[in-house]
Amino acid sequence: MAAVAARELADGEVVFVGIGLPNLACNLARRTHAPHLVLIYESGAVGAVPERLPVSIGDPALVTGSLMVCGMAGVFQLMLQNGRIEVGFLGGAQVDRYGNINTTVIGPYERPAVRLPGSGGAAEIAIHAKRTLIVSKLNPRAFPERVDFITSPGQRPDGKRRRELGMPGAGPVKVITDKAILEADEESGEMTLAALYPGVAVGDVQAGVGWPLARRARLGEVAPPTETELQLLRDVLDPRKLYLKG
Amino acid sequence: MTDNASKVMPMREAIARFVHDGDTVVIEGFTHLICFAAGHEIIRQGRRDLTLARLTPDLIYDQMIAAGCARKLVFSWAGNPGVGSLHAFRRAVERQGAATLELEEYSHFGMVARFSAGAARLPFWPLKDYMGTDLPAANPRIRSVACPYTGERLATVPALNPDVTVVHAQRADVAGNTQIWGLVGVQQEAAFASTRVIVVVEELVDEAVIRSDPNRTLIPGMIVDAVVVEPWGAHPSYAQGYYDRDNDFYVAWEGISRDPGRLEGYLEEYVRGVADRAAYMAKQPSLVARLKAQERYSSGVNYGF
Repeated sequence: MAAVAARELADGEVVFVGIGLPNLACNLARRTHAPHLVLIYESGAVGAVPERLPVSIGDPALVTGSLMVCGMAGVFQLMLQNGRIEVGFLGGAQVDRYGNINTTVIGPYERPAVRLPGSGGAAEIAIHAKRTLIVSKLNPRAFPERVDFITSPGQRPDGKRRRELGMPGAGPVKVITDKAILEADEESGEMTLAALYPGVAVGDVQAGVGWPLARRARLGEVAPPTETELQLLRDVLDPRKLYLKG
Repeated sequence: MTDNASKVMPMREAIARFVHDGDTVVIEGFTHLICFAAGHEIIRQGRRDLTLARLTPDLIYDQMIAAGCARKLVFSWAGNPGVGSLHAFRRAVERQGAATLELEEYSHFGMVARFSAGAARLPFWPLKDYMGTDLPAANPRIRSVACPYTGERLATVPALNPDVTVVHAQRADVAGNTQIWGLVGVQQEAAFASTRVIVVVEELVDEAVIRSDPNRTLIPGMIVDAVVVEPWGAHPSYAQGYYDRDNDFYVAWEGISRDPGRLEGYLEEYVRGVADRAAYMAKQPSLVARLKAQERYSSGVNYGF
């Protein structure tokens, strides 16, 4: 997933980096095809070049050697609301048919069965980034037809188009999973099967999704990770397997 | 107050004088410079009914919630960064029908905007945010206003003006002129929004050191009530140029906080069982060798004219 996500980033783009797999993907892209990728972390580090894989998005290694350190008001007002962020990476406990993401509660808000951490910066990243990429492993509980709580809006919150609601960004354009890539359909706004990993059948993907999955007329095939990508991920970027599990 | 009289005092005195039962308390710092030493002293002094506000409650508010200090939490992301959950927080919220902690929840941008409004003494702050989300339904204090110039609908959040804000920093002088480098979070806004300000520093320096590099001063002494000198006062958080984040402890907190008995044991041994931060450090002599920062100096600038 990390290698597939990295390929979505073009050289020179400005990326708002979240912790976990997105962090790995961004640093992989920076060391392969996108050396001029500008990594902006929510904590305020702009143009970060971390010498070690940060455990948290506020790691001191993000500051050392970065181009700029912003206060958090700067991050959200001067970078995000100003329209400077081209790509936002998001994940979540639940992702639904329209790419709405829930990181707040499972069950009702007042009496949650599981209390999740909440938005952090995810709500505003989903609203403002020019496009967002969602990264999540397939599993029907993680991909319900409708999320319990919309923390980060997808393509059709409240049944309306994003532009009608005044959202500057295009929202989630792709969902990168461990078996397939889904893409937002222009017309319906639905997350639609677009490409399969080698050896994966359509039924395997449908089994991990809680709604009848639409699919593109012609499905692409996701290229497996190259030797270089694997070596960088395993030996250089995440030798302690902080994020690479399985 | 603008005089240069010393505001230096021990942590015990600063908390006793400036943090009261029922206060809205902010211990800020985004991952960096989170003042655990102040939180631990608040627990030792048995403060109650506090409204705790912070973007990321982090382990320090999880400990204060477990210790019974908190009535309400105002926040935007309540997890253990890179690890998982804050389990004392979750137990206080997930308890069916008898939640023991009141919540007021925003996003990061919303919390930053609340501090910005508080610092500028405005009643609210407008932002382009929250459309299409369920957050305003969960928190009726997130509202909106029509722009008087364009008619555009903008989200609003109310000012946050804490009774007391604690800021951990690398250095200050005796009057509280405080310098921070590395991630600066919302400490400046939180301090200016607050009625009282406690600054806790790794090092006390001469006024001449502050004056040699004035662009690094985030908090001027005029808004500071107390200066506490507390080396390693942010551990297991970190201080850039002084010590690294104790990621191993953040990972260990998952197991400690998951079990209420173990969590209570931790508080008894490392918080209530020590007199102050010096005793906390003396209990863990290997921390310094493991976490002390390497040297990476900047090249410096010319302030001449």
